[in-house]
Amino acid sequence: MEGMRTAHQALVTRVLEGGGKASRAERRAAFNNETLTEPLHGLISKVAKHPTRITDEDIAAVKTSGLNEDQIFELVVCAAVGQATRQYQNALAALALAVCDGGS
Amino acid sequence: MRLEILNNGYSFRTKVLFAFIQLASRQPVPDAAKLVFYRADFYGDPMKKVTQGAMRGPSAWSVGDRELMAAFVSKTNECEFCIGAHTATAAGAYHDEARVTAVLTNLETAPIEEPLRATLRMLRKLTGGHTLDANDIGAVIAAGVSRQQIEDALAVCFAFNTTNRLADAFAFFVPGRKGFESGAKFLLKRGYR
Repeated sequence: MEGMRTAHQALVTRVLEGGGKASRAERRAAFNNETLTEPLHGLISKVAKHPTRITDEDIAAVKTSGLNEDQIFELVVCAAVGQATRQYQNALAALALAVCDGGS
Repeated sequence: MRLEILNNGYSFRTKVLFAFIQLASRQPVPDAAKLVFYRADFYGDPMKKVTQGAMRGPSAWSVGDRELMAAFVSKTNECEFCIGAHTATAAGAYHDEARVTAVLTNLETAPIEEPLRATLRMLRKLTGGHTLDANDIGAVIAAGVSRQQIEDALAVCFAFNTTNRLADAFAFFVPGRKGFESGAKFLLKRGYR
């Protein structure tokens, strides 16, 4: 489904490289779940690995640290798209390997 | 929702649209819809293309199968809003609520086709464990699933591994059964555009 891969790449390119209220460096760090300053890192890490554990206090703490809601919106989106992308790309690579091994 | 901008940060035109949707459906506008309207150029517009393609684009999987995959991935992620939304949509697409309930209760005993069961197992492993290997994929191929079907299922999985996270992070309101059924009718009629 080449069209799906293209649509996925367009989404990734938009959230990482297009205009935004958070810096491109922060958006990329959130996407990659790389180390950010606290309390932002805690929130981004939960989005990637434990989203059901996110609380009102997590969001409030990031606001208190100085980020505005639009920046939080963008960074949370990047974290979600980033984690789902790692899983998607890992699975596509496994698919390519399986098909290659199977001689298809 | 946890961000005030997602509750009230919309243009007058979008607010009118929300009022129309609420009037027509007699239900509050779902938070999933609000999310894709907020600064749509950033996330909503490119994500709608992904989701529409995955859920309604050409595929050997039926709409019901793909909605079931969405519900199943959401169940694995324990995302309450998305479980409700896509359980209702899958049940509507299949005209068979019992089939959906059976899969979400116990995949191994549910009365479904083996290729679909093998594919759902794969999606559960990817969603819960974050990775797959060639053996995982090989088991799905051995169950009679084509490469294209696997790729199509992985696209559904991507869409809902993203959406589930956002639903939980932003704390989507979880409506009752009537709300989910209203949303399901909309998704089956209009898709994700």
